[in-house]
Amino acid sequence: MEQTPQIPKEKFKMIHEDDNQEQEKIGTPSLTYLQDVRRRLLSNKVATVCMVLLSIIVLISVFAPIVAPHNPNEQKVEYANLPPKIGEANIPGFNGMQKRGGKVVNAYKEVGAPKGTTYLLGTDYLGRDLLSRIIYGTRLSLIVAILATLVDLIIGLPYGIISGWKGGRTDIVLQRIIEIISSIPNLIVVILMMIILKPGLASIVIAIALTDWVTMARLIRAQTFQLKEQEYILAARTLGESSTKIATKHLIPNLSSTIIIQTMFTIPNAIFFEAFLSFIGIGIPAPNASLGTLLSDGQKAFRFLPYQMWAPAIVLSIIMIATNLLGDGLRDAFDPQSSD
Amino acid sequence: MTKYILKRILYLFLTLFIIASITFFLMKLLPGTPFTNQNRLSHEQLAIVKAQYGLDQPVLIQYLRYMGGLFQGNLGTSFQFNNEPVTQLIGQRLAPSMQIGAQAMIVGTVLGILLGAFAAIRKNTWVDTLATFISILGLSIPSFVLAVLLQFYLAFKWHIYPVALWDNFQSSVLPTLALAALPLGNVARFMRTEMVDVMSSDYIELAKSKGNSSWQVVTKHALRNSLIPVVTIIGPMAVSVMTGSMVVENIFSIPGIGEQFVKSITTNDYPTIMGLTIFYSFLLILVILIVDILYGFIDPRIRLGNGGKE
Repeated sequence: MEQTPQIPKEKFKMIHEDDNQEQEKIGTPSLTYLQDVRRRLLSNKVATVCMVLLSIIVLISVFAPIVAPHNPNEQKVEYANLPPKIGEANIPGFNGMQKRGGKVVNAYKEVGAPKGTTYLLGTDYLGRDLLSRIIYGTRLSLIVAILATLVDLIIGLPYGIISGWKGGRTDIVLQRIIEIISSIPNLIVVILMMIILKPGLASIVIAIALTDWVTMARLIRAQTFQLKEQEYILAARTLGESSTKIATKHLIPNLSSTIIIQTMFTIPNAIFFEAFLSFIGIGIPAPNASLGTLLSDGQKAFRFLPYQMWAPAIVLSIIMIATNLLGDGLRDAFDPQSSD
Repeated sequence: MTKYILKRILYLFLTLFIIASITFFLMKLLPGTPFTNQNRLSHEQLAIVKAQYGLDQPVLIQYLRYMGGLFQGNLGTSFQFNNEPVTQLIGQRLAPSMQIGAQAMIVGTVLGILLGAFAAIRKNTWVDTLATFISILGLSIPSFVLAVLLQFYLAFKWHIYPVALWDNFQSSVLPTLALAALPLGNVARFMRTEMVDVMSSDYIELAKSKGNSSWQVVTKHALRNSLIPVVTIIGPMAVSVMTGSMVVENIFSIPGIGEQFVKSITTNDYPTIMGLTIFYSFLLILVILIVDILYGFIDPRIRLGNGGKE
């Protein structure tokens, strides 16, 4: 056996404890899950822009009575179909000029409006201010979407939790019910409900929520199935917590990411259905405006008054795009593995 | 597999039966009357008209009669549109709807596959960004908004296509485009995710290392394997195309079933509403069923997922 070579003692050096600690130190502050989510969301530029945009739209809708320059339902027939005009600024398309019978005229002068009269986005066929109508229409669309999502949650969350938590026969029965409901096309349910209920906000909300909760319930159920196998749930059960308490204290907080993501996809869906129903004429009844009715009115008049179609089309598209993109961003933020 | 298909077909009829029953009783709950000039009718006349439509019978008898008729393919007679049988009404209007629906699905799916594939191959370049942008637009902008814009520019301003008419292929272009946006966006997005996954898999690495050109790798290996999951979203997409077609048909005045449905709703024509509801549901469920069965044939794992039994 060969002898290991002797290493001289002076080659050894004492390592100070402090040196080691310096390296082991955690440089960045530790983040909680929610902080992490927020960081990921904010680092996503597209989602951030959409969030800011949507916040502005929501703020404008909330403060609609203050922000809107005119009463949205006030008719001034003598000022009907005036083109957009921004003060006295001479911006093409926004200077109050209109083509009439082959020549361009100042439409505001033609109807004898006093000098200061401006309608930023023009007026409709009854002389109602289009901008105010769009602001109130957006407000209505958002109210419908938020209420529908809430109803969705109120039905879908307990349904999903009960189905997933109880399992067994309860689960089978509840899932069969969902299967039958989801095999009836959404649109058919919504339209049937709209025919039977009186037209109005409440019926639209009910009609949309009736079809949308199924997806929510399904997702919650699947998630609950996974969660209930976790150790902390087992611990809570062993300690004798009641099922309701486990659901509210342990399940719902852990389901929150699923809920938030699904909610962000329910909102554009609800906005779409509301606009759809209003567009075909069985949604929000006159004189109230929604983006759907405004677009429908604009489409009828677009031959000569294209500005009446543009504004609602753009607003509706922006809301739809922004909510969809924010939904994507939230999903990526909550669940980084879902993105590729 | 046969057992699975039979089970699904049984479910289809069960669902249709439930839908038909619900629709029937909901229609009975409706307030008002389908006869527009009821006030002008005398009691005797009203009784005669009601008897003619079988509305003088108890609701249960009416229900049994309706369901009986349904089994023989009879959906009743329309109250409004010249007393035509509903089946005939649907039959006359089926072709245009089917045409634009099918065109939109084909155009949307093919373009979506191409777009998604390009985005995946050129991942994280401007091609990818552009493709993602297009698919988000297609997914988000409602088909009726798109229809209105297309009608304004391509038809009214630039006179490329007719504004609203239904005679030749030309008139089907705009509605097809408006409806194709959603499937395009959906497929492109799905395809991109799938293809990115496939492109980083071992067998693609192997194919590359064997010296195949990248074109060969993409067409022979990547594209095919990414396509399989895309089949699953065809069903839900067909549903949304049909939804969109209802209002798109209205915008372009196409004599299809969607336009008829909207018209019957606004005129309270119950038998037509019921008939079309059942017919729509049938179509949608059938499409989903066919897609599921097709998928089972393409990807045998689906069958295994069903308890591992045939």
